[in-house]
Amino acid sequence: MKFIYSIKTATNGLRTHKSRSALTILGIVIGITSIMIVMSLGDGAKNLILGEIQGTMGSRVIEIRPGKEPKGPSDMMGIMFLDSLKQKDVDALRKKANAPTITGVMPLVVGSETITYGSETYSASYYGMTELATGMYNMIPVEGRFMTNDEVKGFADVVIIGSKVKEELFTDQNKVLGEKIKIKGRNFRVIGVLPEKGQGLISFDTVVIIPYTTAQQYLSGKKYFQHIVVEADSEKNVLRTIEDIKITLRNSHNITNSEDDDFSLGSQADALKMVGSVMSVLTLFLAAVAAISLVVGGIGIMNIMLVAVTERTKEIGLRKAIGATNQNILTQFLLEAVILTGFGGIIGIILGSSLSFFASILISKFGGLNWQFTFPYVAAILGLVVSSLVGLIFGLYPANQAAKKSPMEALRYE
Amino acid sequence: MNIIQVKNLGKIYDNDGIKTNALSGVSLEIKKGEFVAIMGPSGSGKSTLLQILGLLDDHTHGEYRFLDKNIKNYNQEEIANIRNSKMGFVFQAFNLLPKSTVLENVKLPLLYSDHPEEEWEEMAIKAVEEVGLMHRINHEANQLSGGEKQRVAIARALVLSPEVIFADEPTGNLDSKSGQIIIEIIQKLNKEKGHTIILITHETYTAEYAERIIRLLDGQIESDKKVENRKLDGKGFVK
Repeated sequence: MKFIYSIKTATNGLRTHKSRSALTILGIVIGITSIMIVMSLGDGAKNLILGEIQGTMGSRVIEIRPGKEPKGPSDMMGIMFLDSLKQKDVDALRKKANAPTITGVMPLVVGSETITYGSETYSASYYGMTELATGMYNMIPVEGRFMTNDEVKGFADVVIIGSKVKEELFTDQNKVLGEKIKIKGRNFRVIGVLPEKGQGLISFDTVVIIPYTTAQQYLSGKKYFQHIVVEADSEKNVLRTIEDIKITLRNSHNITNSEDDDFSLGSQADALKMVGSVMSVLTLFLAAVAAISLVVGGIGIMNIMLVAVTERTKEIGLRKAIGATNQNILTQFLLEAVILTGFGGIIGIILGSSLSFFASILISKFGGLNWQFTFPYVAAILGLVVSSLVGLIFGLYPANQAAKKSPMEALRYE
Repeated sequence: MNIIQVKNLGKIYDNDGIKTNALSGVSLEIKKGEFVAIMGPSGSGKSTLLQILGLLDDHTHGEYRFLDKNIKNYNQEEIANIRNSKMGFVFQAFNLLPKSTVLENVKLPLLYSDHPEEEWEEMAIKAVEEVGLMHRINHEANQLSGGEKQRVAIARALVLSPEVIFADEPTGNLDSKSGQIIIEIIQKLNKEKGHTIILITHETYTAEYAERIIRLLDGQIESDKKVENRKLDGKGFVK
């Protein structure tokens, strides 16, 4: 018997029991649908976060943090108070002889203060930066301009404010540039407003940017930096630059053993890798939870197939009487199960991807996020394979029961 | 030539340790082209004998030679193949696929045969013609009357031109008029087409359409005789 006739026989068998077939695959449809949604939304979230990192931190940017490579949240907290990064490190890194591929070095001073304008107050973080931040962190003001090198050198009292800060502080949104706001009692002239980025992992909406010199001198009062940010001349030189930075800083700090490093380095590639792997693990975990429903669906199929085999005992007997071999009967019932679940898988893929497509539209519309719909090819192919496999595994027992029936007993069955 | 040759055939059913002797010491020969009726009261073993002869069940004792070959030498697949190409079955309960059409039901044995698909349609139509059901060919089986269903079953048994047709109480579920049509068709197949027929019945008036009647009692052959006043063309069929 040719395989194509087996398929025809199986589909005929399913077509005669349409509503039961539909109910049977419901479990598989739900399982595949939820896997598709989880995978698609997981990919979407991953791309969103990765996109934000890429959009915020240039690919040639290397961040130098004080202290050892952080191993946990407590180490991260400590960074704020470590004092290992100083002006002499910045000077050393600026020397071409030490690191020829570095095109820019920017110290970073971070703190938080209450900002006042007239009677309005707003609590915000301040970032002490240089003019290089425009390239490194893509900080292009929508109104006014960014700070200049002269203003950094001259300890100028100028400030670039985030969109949220502007919104909260100023009653007249059109009269912002040139206004004086007070940070820790000191007057700063607003020279620029940053574009609105929306809610996200990294956002400059609620911060104010001032020259780092001013920040160190008048706000933090400390001689060290929270970060030093370095830009390499090209993406492919990032790794080499990282090595140069390590050697330069070890010389500057009199460190001979790399295990004693009192600084750590991070690049966009590191951040992308870390966030990407965390998100992937999370997505896989959720997909695994969703996959449990596939097992449940598979057991449902086995149950229904066993009923079908009993119900169709006479048909099996007849088919055997007119020449069907055990193999023919096994193939027929196995194919019924596999076609059923495979079909359920296809419906699940269509349903899952359209639901996540609508979800992505809703998220971008109402969440204010730049959410991209991604069709999870891997999940789709996997879903199809897995659902067919579920049919194969859970269909095998009932099909075998059918094939084993003696034709005489099957014909006599009432 | 003997199509069927049985020596000392016995069958013991073992139902959870309780043994039932259904057949014992049955010996008979059936020639090609013969029309044999097997008769006997309920429990006489006639259905068991038919199932063993039709390779639907195994025998426990003795020897069964089909077309001069001991069937013990065949494996499951070869037996399925013999059932498909050399045997046709007509059951009391028709056993059609209810939601399939007449044509599809008749085609069913072809599915398991070696015949190429292009020939199926023609072969099936020929068989349907033979039983006079062309006007019903595209009806679903569950739309037919009992007599029509049995004619479909006969067409299905015929479609691969088997050596032997086994008919197990083919008129048992039918009224006398339909029963007569069925038994006439069966006789015609024997007389005109030369098919060997083995018919099981407990009704003497049906059995008398055959050339030879084998009577069974308690699993043994009681008598094996030629029919003296064989009924022909269905005249005098009364139920």
